[in-house]
Parts: sequence; C-alpha cells; structure tokens
Amino acid sequence: MSAEPVTSDTADASAAILVEKLNLWYGDFQALLDVDLRVRAGAITSLIGPSGCGKTTLLRSVNRINERLGYVRTTGSIRLWGLDVLDPSVELAQLRKQVGMVFQRPNPLPLSVRDNVLFGTRVHLPDGRPPNRAESDRIVEEALREVLLWDELKDSLDRRGTELSLEQQQKLCIARLLPVKPKLLLMDEPCSALDPAGTEAVEELIWKLRGDYTILIVTHNMAQARRASEECVFMLLGEIIEHSDTASMFLNPANRQTAAYIEGRYG
Amino acid sequence: MFEATAQNRRNRKVEGLFRLLFLWMTCMLILPVALILGVLIVRGGPAISWEFLFTQPINNMTAGGILPALVGTVWLVVVALIASVPVGVAAALYLSEYAPDNRLTRAINLAIINLAGVPSIVHALFGLGAFVIFFRFGTSILAASLTLAVMTLPVVIVATRESLQTVPLAFREACWNMGATRWQTIRKIVLPNAISGILTGVILEVSRTSGETAPIMFTGAAFFLPFLPQGVLDQTMAMSLHLFVISTQVPDVPEHMPFGVALVLISMVLAMNGISIAFRVYLRGRKKW
Repeated sequence: MSAEPVTSDTADASAAILVEKLNLWYGDFQALLDVDLRVRAGAITSLIGPSGCGKTTLLRSVNRINERLGYVRTTGSIRLWGLDVLDPSVELAQLRKQVGMVFQRPNPLPLSVRDNVLFGTRVHLPDGRPPNRAESDRIVEEALREVLLWDELKDSLDRRGTELSLEQQQKLCIARLLPVKPKLLLMDEPCSALDPAGTEAVEELIWKLRGDYTILIVTHNMAQARRASEECVFMLLGEIIEHSDTASMFLNPANRQTAAYIEGRYG
Repeated sequence: MFEATAQNRRNRKVEGLFRLLFLWMTCMLILPVALILGVLIVRGGPAISWEFLFTQPINNMTAGGILPALVGTVWLVVVALIASVPVGVAAALYLSEYAPDNRLTRAINLAIINLAGVPSIVHALFGLGAFVIFFRFGTSILAASLTLAVMTLPVVIVATRESLQTVPLAFREACWNMGATRWQTIRKIVLPNAISGILTGVILEVSRTSGETAPIMFTGAAFFLPFLPQGVLDQTMAMSLHLFVISTQVPDVPEHMPFGVALVLISMVLAMNGISIAFRVYLRGRKKW
C-alpha cells in the first residue's frame, strides 16, 4: 500500500478510521476525552499508554463491543471509510464482519480447526448455507496459509482449536477473521498471553498482514510497539497526547510525558 | 532447626481430627443409601421374577405382578418430560443468554426458586384444580404428567442454566465479535457444550418424577386398574402409588412384594442415574478447553 506521510487532512481516502471529538463515559466516569484520531489505511497503528488510559476503550469503541456493558454513553463520531459507525442504523453484524477483533487471551471456539476458520462464513453467508466442501477446503487453506499455520496444521484440521498451543491458537483466531474479508483488524494486546517465541511469531504475522488490512493494536509492550507498528499513538488519562510515526516517536518524542512513558519512568 | 515444635504437633493432631471428622460424616452420608439398597435386595430380591415384572396383579394385589404400574410409570415420566423439557430448556436459555439483569428477571428467578420449594402435595392440589377440573383432562395420565412437569420444571431450568453458565463467556464473545447473533451463538457453540449438563438435569427429573406419589394421587394414578393405559387420557397405575397402596392399604400382602416393588423402582432410578453419569463422562471426554 501507499507509504504516504501522515497528514492532518481529514477528507482524504487514506484514512481508514477517523475519530472526531469522541467522548465516552462508563456511568459517571469519563474514559475518553475529545479524542481525535486518524488511522491510515493499510498501516499498523499501535495504541500505547499506561493502564487505564483509555486505549482499550478506544479500540473497543471502533466495533462497538463496549456497548454490551449497557452503561456506556458516547458522543462524537467514529467514521470507518467515511461512514459513522455510531449511527443507530448501523447493522452490528455487518460492522463486526468488516472489523475483526483479536483478544488478549486467544479464544478459539471449541470446534475443530477447520470449523473455527469456517465459522465466520457460516455466520455471514447470505443464504445461511455453508459453502460446499471444495470451496470450504479452499477457504481453510487460504486463511491458514495467510497466518502461517497451514504447514503445521494441514494434517490436523480436525483437532480442536482449543487444544493447540497458545501461539497456534492466537494465529487461528486471526485466521478465523480472514474468510469474511474484514478491512480492519483490532488487536487488544494480542501477544501478552504468549511466550517470547510465540510473541515473535505472532508479531511477524501481524507485520506480514499490513497493507492487506488496516491494523489497530493496543500494546503494553514498548518494544513491540516499536518493532511491529508503523504509527504510534500515545494516550494518557483518556486523551491522545501524541500521534506520530513510530520511529520518530521513539527517537524523538514531542511531548515530555510521552518521553517519560516510553523510557519506562511510569507505566 | 527442622524438628517439630509443640505447636507443630498440636496442629498436626487437630488436622488429623478434622480429617477424621469429615471422613466420618461422608461415611454417614453413604450409609443410608447402602443400607436401603441392602435391605431392599435381601428382602425384595426373592420377589423379582419375569412373572413379577410382566404380569397383572391378582387376588386383590396380594399376588401376581406389577406390569400396569411399571408401564404406567413409564407413561407418566415420558409425558412429563415431553411437557417440561422444551419449556424448561427454553426458559433457561432465555434467562441465561438473553435476559437483561433487571427487576423482571430477578422476579422470575425468585419464582423459580419458590416453585422448587413448593411441597409436592400442594402441586397435587394445583394439578387437581388446574388440569383435572379447569382444563377438563379428568384424572388422567395427561393431568398427572402435567402436574409432575410443573413440579420438576425448576429442576430442568436450574440444571440447564447452570450448565449453560459453565460455557466460558469468552466463547460467546468470540462469536458475537464475529457478528454472530445470540441464536447462532447458542446453536453453534453454547448448546453443544452445555448438552451434557442439560441431559443430567433431564435425567434427574426422570428419577424424581418416577418416585413422586402425592402429585399423581389426585390427578391420574389409580389404586387398582388391571389393564394397560391406551392413551394419555386414561388413568393408570404407577409404581410409587402401588408401593404405597400395597404397603398400607391392602391387607395380607406377602412381605416380599412391597420390597420387590421398591427394589424395581429404585433400580429404575439408579439405572437412569447410571446412564446420566455415563453420558456425562462420554461428553466430557469430548470437550476440552
């Protein structure tokens, strides 16, 4: 994809996510304050900041899974490719088809590897009928190849997803999103339950997926943000403090608080 | 440095004491079951024969078999299951998967707990009033089974709800976040993983239903009816009531007969429980997460 520089121009088509004046309350507690954010299409953008700074809240607002809590109130707008997802007419099933989510703890379904990958197509198929055998085989192979699991698992597609190693589980959770062709992937600390080798493998995968998907990733791990993202957003107490390309944020942070955080003086 | 102090020895003694106490209590728990079974087998065993199981009672129920009661109990249980399982499972699905946490839901939960606490004789009178008289089913298998169904509904609901809640929330979230509806989530993930618990609840209901006497006394079970029911609007004999009748209401019943009836009844219940355990073990073996 294009490697154009970050601009403040809000109208151009290179913005996958455009958040404007987003405020969010959990009951009486305001978790997000006037958040403005522009996420470049096809890039990996990481959200960093200390615990409770609102980065996960922001992430979960994009596919509106926060709302399930019931006591959440939101103002402002979140536009994906120009369409406001907070609009009441948005069909959540379609939104979640377009916006895949990966969680901190891998959560494969208690089904076979194959059925895990096909789950989305079964949920979203127009006439509700699963694709035929050959078609499913193709979908499974394609998705597993894309997440670098095919060679490991091609002979054990009937194994339960929940029996795999954590690294494989997390890759499977990513593979599961791909068959319905999402445009955006949200990842909430996708490596924090994994060992170093698993982390490295999943980071490699995320890096490989950039360009084909816009990826927004929350991480606690500075080194990971630095290694595996192209843009970086630093949040503190519900506000965005700094947003720049990753290299310059880590080499030359514009804000004093950002500098203190990435140097590990608080967290 | 590593020798036991007086305090350590005291602790160890108290530890041993409590261990023994708890072990003793556990044995106390098993003892009545073992005794009941033992007595029934010793004193009722001689009564059991093919003839006892598969012929009609004769000579004013002092001889012959128990076939109509056996068949009647099966009828009652099956019809009660057909009535209560769909309702109970649906209610549990609603309460566990859809219901918002509000006053109505809490009231329903309270009602279920209370329903479970209603004495069975009260259910019997309710069944008499509602099914026998108001709905004009008469004293029949249908009326008796519906009474049993109402009575055991809380068992099914609670067992189903509990087993639904053992399915981790993470699976549901994974589904919802892929755009699956609640129903798709239930059908594809929640139910298949909760089915063993639901079956356990159903089988518990079977054992409870087959032994109940009071609720069927006024609603459909007959004192003596030496032929087999032909449909749900017939009256029928039932094992539990038959046991009560030949133990207390009929003179000159040979002693081994009531013990034999009790043995058959408890064997049915234990067999159902055995099947339920086997089922659970089998299904648990397939589910790993």
